[in-house]
Amino acid sequence: MRRPAFRRSRGDGPFRFLSTASGIVLLVIMAAIGVFLVVKAIPALQANTSHFLTELTWNPNATQPVFGIGALAFGTLISSFIALIIATPVAVGVALFISHYAPRRLASALGYLVDLLAAVPSVVYGLWGVAFLVPFMLSPSSFLNKYFAWIPIFGGDQVVGKSMLTASLVLAIMILPIIAAISREVFLQAPRIQEEAALALGATRWEMIRMAVLPFGRPGVITAALLGLGRAMGETIAVALIFPATFTISFRILSANGNSIAANIANGFGEATPIGRGALIASGLVLFLITLLVNTAARLVIARRKEYARAAA
Amino acid sequence: MAKQIEVSDLDAYYGSHKAIEGISMTIEPRSVTAFIGPSGCGKSTFLRTLNRMHEVIPGARVEGKVRLEDQDLYGPSVDPVSVRRTIGMVFQRPNPFPTMSIFDNVAAGLKLNGRFSKSQLEGVVEESLKGANLWNEVKTRLNKPGAGLSGGQQQRLCIARAIAVRPQVLLMDEPCSALDPISTLAIEDLISELKQEFTIVIVTHNMQQAARVSEKTAFFNLAAQGQPGKLIEMDETSKIFTNPTQKATEDYITGRFG
Amino acid sequence: MTVVTGIQPISAGRRVKDRAVQALVYLAFAIAVVPLVSVLWLVIRNGLKRFDIEFLTHSMRNIGARDAGGGAYHAIIGTLEQVLLASLIAVPIGLLTAIYLVEYGNGGRLSRIVSFFVDVMTGVPSVVSGLFILAFWILALGMPFSGFAGALALSILMMPTVVRSAEEMLRLVPNELREASYALGVPKWRSIVKVVLPTAFTGIVTGVMLAVARVAGETAPLLLVVFSTDSINNDPFNGPQMGLPLYVFDQASRPNDTAIDRAWAGALTLILIIMLLNLVARLISWWRSPAKRG
Repeated sequence: MRRPAFRRSRGDGPFRFLSTASGIVLLVIMAAIGVFLVVKAIPALQANTSHFLTELTWNPNATQPVFGIGALAFGTLISSFIALIIATPVAVGVALFISHYAPRRLASALGYLVDLLAAVPSVVYGLWGVAFLVPFMLSPSSFLNKYFAWIPIFGGDQVVGKSMLTASLVLAIMILPIIAAISREVFLQAPRIQEEAALALGATRWEMIRMAVLPFGRPGVITAALLGLGRAMGETIAVALIFPATFTISFRILSANGNSIAANIANGFGEATPIGRGALIASGLVLFLITLLVNTAARLVIARRKEYARAAA
Repeated sequence: MAKQIEVSDLDAYYGSHKAIEGISMTIEPRSVTAFIGPSGCGKSTFLRTLNRMHEVIPGARVEGKVRLEDQDLYGPSVDPVSVRRTIGMVFQRPNPFPTMSIFDNVAAGLKLNGRFSKSQLEGVVEESLKGANLWNEVKTRLNKPGAGLSGGQQQRLCIARAIAVRPQVLLMDEPCSALDPISTLAIEDLISELKQEFTIVIVTHNMQQAARVSEKTAFFNLAAQGQPGKLIEMDETSKIFTNPTQKATEDYITGRFG
Repeated sequence: MTVVTGIQPISAGRRVKDRAVQALVYLAFAIAVVPLVSVLWLVIRNGLKRFDIEFLTHSMRNIGARDAGGGAYHAIIGTLEQVLLASLIAVPIGLLTAIYLVEYGNGGRLSRIVSFFVDVMTGVPSVVSGLFILAFWILALGMPFSGFAGALALSILMMPTVVRSAEEMLRLVPNELREASYALGVPKWRSIVKVVLPTAFTGIVTGVMLAVARVAGETAPLLLVVFSTDSINNDPFNGPQMGLPLYVFDQASRPNDTAIDRAWAGALTLILIIMLLNLVARLISWWRSPAKRG
């Protein structure tokens, strides 16, 4: 036992270094994603004969490349927002069902059922969408078009199955489990003593939820919705099979309109020239930045919520 | 508005576990009745059966009768929501709604019934806060969150919230156990004032408190851990504390156990 | 003043509203389950048509676009290799990062930044990770399209999931265990390897399985960096390979019934693999939980 008592043991240094380095590798990867997308997008952007941010058409493979993110970004945002509007109320309902309505014994099993929705791969939703939902949506879409055409989004002369609405519906199904899972967690954390306070005042179950659960859970639901929005924007294969892949800006969600950045990358990659690939990478960069923004916003809401929880404690 | 409560042969369960057994008693109107007994003897469980809060816990159920004057609270056509509206409750830990202002906390119960004008609400809120001896401390900041008050103030806010709906009975589950001595004194004073108007039932761990505030005292005990809790005896508070009929009561009062 | 006596029933309006909300909540759950049932039902019904020995043992080599027959053997091999390679990359990095965050980070600035970017990384769309590997590995470094390139892209998607689940498990290990080990004079790194990791082991395995299940169904990165082929390519480091999700996409894009049937059978195979991974993960965590209680 000659070893000095307080020497750092051998092995701790390298191990500490290795784990710290792994954390840094993650940071490097995130930075590299940005850097390499920029580097490989620049030649294509320089060859572009139009404005990348405002141009609607997408002809990067032509000898005079003309392409822009306009229509694609529009389609990405609109389809994701519609998906969010459809999915959020249902997801909040599902979360409440599992946290406050379903019988206790069944609740976790039923929650697992909803989680299974998230386990189905994107491409399977795509296949399901093309083979089942697209033809299925024709009659409800015609119905909306016939009786609600006075609402501009349901207008238009021709109704198709491969529409913005169908794509948004598939997106809604795909983001529903994540929104439901996060909302469920925050609803379950709602303080029991405040729930009892509401009940003891003679509140019905819904009034108790409105007084003691929803105000507590609101920031969590907002975060969940933002994360779902980010997920919807980046979703690729399912919508690549459904979008009619046009390059126009139209709010008519029942007509043959619609595309998204991610879908365009999947559909356009096969026949892309080097400039075409660069153009797709440039569009991917835009997608990366938008999702980064949405996800950061979601995290900020969570961070604020922690402070709020501490203040309330 | 105070009512007499009559309990006959009441059992309460958590799942298959019987928590209290065979309890019968009469609680007099416009008086304070205290429940005392060692931890786990079922006194809080019993209190929660009096306004059907017990069954809020999953798997919990009740057998027996609780009558408020001539109505059975567990009758087939009785809605537990209206029972709780009629019999108010104050909890062990102050639990104001953190996102609501002081005003909204007090008005919360009234707003549920939704037929009050703003001035009516203001009147009731002021009256309730005065009734809870809190008005002078908060009248200038009614729009501030209730969570910003001290523990004792929060508990009085919860009492104001409970009395704002004009209940016929007020149940208090160890209302002072989370409070400092000065706040405790304030709540005890308040209890003696409130009994002019309400029937009050209070669970307490503190025997001095029971002796100070109550007219009647009920002593609960359980034979062994895992056995259901039972009512050992109930009588005038002065009698329970000076000359109890049961040995267990005497042992508990004199501090030999519990 | 009217004296209110007895128990006043609540107003009909309030009761109706309460019931209406209850109905809506039940309805929401039913709405959520409908697509799940529909997807699973169609995948099973349509998938079984071609889910046979030939499908599982043959590739698409020399099968024309309109021909019947053919299978997904090459795609199954590809997916298994790609997912295995992706795990070999993502698990060590993810696990070590989790160890850094829990054991060494001490809530310092670097650890907060790493933690934040792990969260942000969770939101990186799969198509973006594919584009990144395309830009970096294939275009900048001049590497070929390969299963390994796909594995690189998948590993980026796996890492944050592995970090978060491992981190959660490591934090569940009671501090007393660590302190007991330090008190015996065991150096920190050995305490982590010999005491902390074994305690958290099953939980970490569960998390890894779930992460694998998540990326096994990813299509977009494969499309961009693995390319696709109709032939068997056992070498993930060289040349285009197939992957099961890519196979489904490829067949689904062909407008004839035999191809669509193959797509459904591929989807069934993919879902079976993913459900199996999920099931094993759940079994492991279920098997672990009594030990945790005891």
